[in-house]
Amino acid sequence: MVQASPKSQTDYDVIVVGSGAGGGMAAYQLAVSGLKVLVLEAGRSYDPVRETPMFKLPRQAPLLGAGTKHKPFGFYDATVDGGWEVPGEPYTNAPGTDFKWWRSRMLGGRTNHWGRISLRMGEYDFKPKTRDGLGADWPLTYDDLAPYYDRTEMLIGVYGGDDNLENTPGSPPGVLQPAPAPRATELLTKKHAAPLGIPVIPAHLAIMTQRQDADVLPKKIHPNNPLAQKVLAQSMRQRAACLWATPCGWGCSVKANFQSTTVLLPPAMMTGNVDIVPDAMVRELIVDASGKATGVHYIDKTTRTDRQVKARVVVLAASACESARIMLNSKTAQFPNGVGNSSGLVGKYLMDTVGAGIGGQIPALENLPPHNQDGASGMHMYVPWWEYKNQLAGKLGFARGYHIEFGGGREMPGPGIFGGLESYTNGAYGKRFKEEARRYYGSFMYFSGRGEMIPNEDSYCEIDPNVVDQWGIPVLRFHWKWSEHETKQAAHMVKTFAEMVTAMGGKVQGTVQTDGAKAIANGGQIIHEVGTCRMGTDAKTSVLNQYCQSWDVKNLFVTDGSVFVSNADKNPTLSILALAWRTCDHIIAEMQRGNI
Amino acid sequence: MSDEQTPPMARREALKVIAVAAASASLAEGFSPSIADAQQPATPKPKPGVPSGVPVPPKTGPRGTVTDPDLINPVANWPRLLSAAELVTLGALCDMIIPADDKSPSASTVGVPRYINEYVSAPYDWAERALVSVRGGLSWLDVESERRFTKRFSLLTVAQRTQICDDICYLPNAKPEFRAAARFFDQIRDLTSSGFYTTDAGMKDLQYIGNVPLAKFDGPPPEVLRKLGL
Repeated sequence: MVQASPKSQTDYDVIVVGSGAGGGMAAYQLAVSGLKVLVLEAGRSYDPVRETPMFKLPRQAPLLGAGTKHKPFGFYDATVDGGWEVPGEPYTNAPGTDFKWWRSRMLGGRTNHWGRISLRMGEYDFKPKTRDGLGADWPLTYDDLAPYYDRTEMLIGVYGGDDNLENTPGSPPGVLQPAPAPRATELLTKKHAAPLGIPVIPAHLAIMTQRQDADVLPKKIHPNNPLAQKVLAQSMRQRAACLWATPCGWGCSVKANFQSTTVLLPPAMMTGNVDIVPDAMVRELIVDASGKATGVHYIDKTTRTDRQVKARVVVLAASACESARIMLNSKTAQFPNGVGNSSGLVGKYLMDTVGAGIGGQIPALENLPPHNQDGASGMHMYVPWWEYKNQLAGKLGFARGYHIEFGGGREMPGPGIFGGLESYTNGAYGKRFKEEARRYYGSFMYFSGRGEMIPNEDSYCEIDPNVVDQWGIPVLRFHWKWSEHETKQAAHMVKTFAEMVTAMGGKVQGTVQTDGAKAIANGGQIIHEVGTCRMGTDAKTSVLNQYCQSWDVKNLFVTDGSVFVSNADKNPTLSILALAWRTCDHIIAEMQRGNI
Repeated sequence: MSDEQTPPMARREALKVIAVAAASASLAEGFSPSIADAQQPATPKPKPGVPSGVPVPPKTGPRGTVTDPDLINPVANWPRLLSAAELVTLGALCDMIIPADDKSPSASTVGVPRYINEYVSAPYDWAERALVSVRGGLSWLDVESERRFTKRFSLLTVAQRTQICDDICYLPNAKPEFRAAARFFDQIRDLTSSGFYTTDAGMKDLQYIGNVPLAKFDGPPPEVLRKLGL
């Protein structure tokens, strides 16, 4: 157990900037190790138990709950003060760039509304350059991270199957929770995708299909740490299993899915070792003459006053772009280009996920007997990338893969439910419209690809010298370019989805875009930004070492998506959590050794 | 449509389940399930190690702004812009699109014109454009009704209304002089179906039976699998 430092020297052992996946995990791991932790969150406090609109109906919300620029994912979406625009906190795009930067300003950050898809990166994903010569390798292997994936999955609660496919690792027995029963749409897709050689297997989502065993799991997760076992057991007993209704993206008041605010911050608080200050937007890092971080400078948004806090260690977990922004804005004589940026790579190699999709109308799904298919609100099954061999042989024309997320069917009617029925029914209205609506309801499906982007020199963020936000903090300016590896992948996605819809006897909605540059979503739209402070094996070609420790500033660490070296098709949150845990183990060991 | 009420059985049951889950969780451990409560003791006292410069956070909740609305008590509090006369014409058109039948009531009975008024009056750029096209369409509809039958649309017989609707119900078949009206008709068809099928009556009509808490999720019943050949 690490002893807290004498109060005369520093007030906290560690300052954690951000309270989402990376910040929540850091706060939890450091606190259960006995360190005194201060969490600074740029948004307001948020309590999912009281604030989640469980079981609310579209008709009870403005505009039937439809998305607006203020609430892009719908009225009930958990996001507070967020979206691709945040009031008073602009960003800019270089000419020719249309990057969209999603943020939320709330305790727990984006973990409150995310999709809960929790796929492990595979062994190829850590060494992509070794495999195909593109991008860069990670300074660690799958085997280095696998134990942290195991423990993270047990800690947060992840359902999934027992498949173990090429570069799609399964989990050891006893780690995952049982996968939920597949829906009719998922079984139908599986049946018709099989002849195309496309596998449909249980998805992994951070949603609990059963309650966690609070007597057993904490001891497995935290051997030899009674404090951790105690608070984790308490926390697990406060979580219920999924109720099989009401969307996860609204949050979960019974704590059945993973949110930092329901799973990490409560046990962290129970240790008594954590203080959380919301509405605290970090402006810059404070570094002393020896080049060590001594604390941070933040603005208290409620009073618009500047404050400073000190600690022995600073952990940045403000989200990929925000952490880069803080480092770039922290300029000293020793670090004229920003603290921790001697490599010049902070902000560079920004990546998002490749996204493209189509919809289809499936006659087989018409007039199905009524049944409740809500399930876990997220997908129960998905398609992992299946073309590794053909791709490596150069047969596809693009270097990296994607997975398929799909759904549809008898979902809760919402705004726009029958938009486009004019063309299916030759303009039905009256009693015939009602009959057609009954027939077509539940027969529409969508298929979305989520694919790997290779980092490139033209996609990055930097400080815009001309613009500040309402707190006077210089804002980010984005530069963005897809390469042909991404646009061809997007074209492959929509072509494949059209084949799947056709194989199911369905009709594709709209036209199938053969030009990948038109099919692909904008940078930032999939909200998987990573890579702006990448890890590496040397200080010239990376910002952080394999423990996400700054090469330049030994007591500065980063635990959000900015540390990513590549951006596999696997959604980043699970890997952010596992990496943050590994980083915390290193912080604790280094503090014990007296190195930081 | 936030002015409607009547929470259905499903929701009451759900809330009961949630209450039980929350209560059992906190009883089991005697610990508040709320983060806000955890960080804000009843009598705040300075913790050791908290520098005096760090403020104790106030207990916060939604501020009621457009980006931070109260999700539990939603309000659509912008002024409604359609006139009473426009709403009468609109209601007549909504009921031509979704009339009552043996399975469910008509669109106007369940308040669809109110939803469309909320939609076109909303404080967004797209709503300004929708207001123009809906207003223009309603005006055209009454003028066309007067021209053909010397009465406003709402005063026509169903057969007379049908004669007009047949000319504008399907854009690809609409004559050039009816194309703008056909776009308007399709817009109202979409809005009417959105408003109608999100009501309890509309969800029942489609036999949507979800949004209820379950102890277990079983997947599709055998008759569904049989029908799909699975």
